[in-house]
Amino acid sequence: MSISMFMSEYKCVAVAMVMVASVFDASAQSSAVDEIARYRAQLQDGNPAELWEARGEDLWKQKRGPKNVSLEGCNIGKGAGVVKGAYAQLPRYFADADRVMDLETRLVHCMVTLQGFSYADATRRVFGSGSNRSDLEALTAWITSESKGVVMNVALNHDKEKEAYNLGEKMFFFRGGPHDFACSTCHAESGKRIRLQDLPNLTEKKGAQLGYTTWPAYRVSQGELRTFQWRLNDCFRQQRFPELVFGSEISIALTTFLANNANGAAFNAPAIKR
Amino acid sequence: MADPMRIRAAVRDGVVNVKVLMSHEMETGQRKDAAGKLVPAHYIRSVSATYQGKTVLSAQWGPAISKNPYLEFNFKGGQKGDKVIVIWEDNKGEKRSDEATIA
Repeated sequence: MSISMFMSEYKCVAVAMVMVASVFDASAQSSAVDEIARYRAQLQDGNPAELWEARGEDLWKQKRGPKNVSLEGCNIGKGAGVVKGAYAQLPRYFADADRVMDLETRLVHCMVTLQGFSYADATRRVFGSGSNRSDLEALTAWITSESKGVVMNVALNHDKEKEAYNLGEKMFFFRGGPHDFACSTCHAESGKRIRLQDLPNLTEKKGAQLGYTTWPAYRVSQGELRTFQWRLNDCFRQQRFPELVFGSEISIALTTFLANNANGAAFNAPAIKR
Repeated sequence: MADPMRIRAAVRDGVVNVKVLMSHEMETGQRKDAAGKLVPAHYIRSVSATYQGKTVLSAQWGPAISKNPYLEFNFKGGQKGDKVIVIWEDNKGEKRSDEATIA
């Protein structure tokens, strides 16, 4: 037998084995995915995110801070005090701050300008843990819940919005850190998962919509409600990148990129996740 | 003071369906903190629900119940517009009582 013949036979066997393996993988994966979907559906009815939403609504209406005013004068994009549907259009450019802002950054802006908090005080606890609760997470929970069912419509009209989108796209594909990772390493291919979690392909419309419209979410494993700023912060940690600074230009750029890609889908959060 | 519960109650064919979401740490007393010290147990020990002064549910809970627990139950004979009261008490003696109108 010639070497080339041996090689081709060997290749055939190898290809067959790969096919068997992938068929097996697909069935194992889909049943695990179905089970997770079933688990989520069971939990959806009693989503503890509602507890954060209730607290957030109170915080929005309460007179707080050195100036003792409520956040009802805060304009999060649709006019002062308008909450309904506002999240589905964020991030966007705000002329009074001359920058693109996401919801969390805008809330901090209002806490500083309206209520008179110092920036340090307003951002002291952006992510809560146990009894150290985060007001920002609660406010975000309530405001996002007021956009449930609203179709995502993040515009790129202003130059700074376009700039943010382009910077976000660059960041999404930027490889770095000790593992030479990029967001796209895990989120640019369909059918990938990490352990049993599906990884949405954020470069496709469907994946981008599924990924973006289900945050914020109550994380059962943490017993906390997590916002999109937290999601990005934790993605950076998982990539072993330098810590993503809360409300930083790059965090808003990435959010703009992902939110705009989700346009056209109905917003469906606060959700519940494992 | 603990956060209020979220209670929804609705009657259908003479059966009232009650859904309760409670805000509680439900600390088991088995976990250790970053310094290696035991985190003291803190969990809801008893839950009861009353309708017009009559107890329709009484439960004894322990540390196996999850954080921010969700409870759903049914009882017969409730009328639309009446109130259901839910009370919990934890192992530190803290109490919370909330009510909902049957829809």
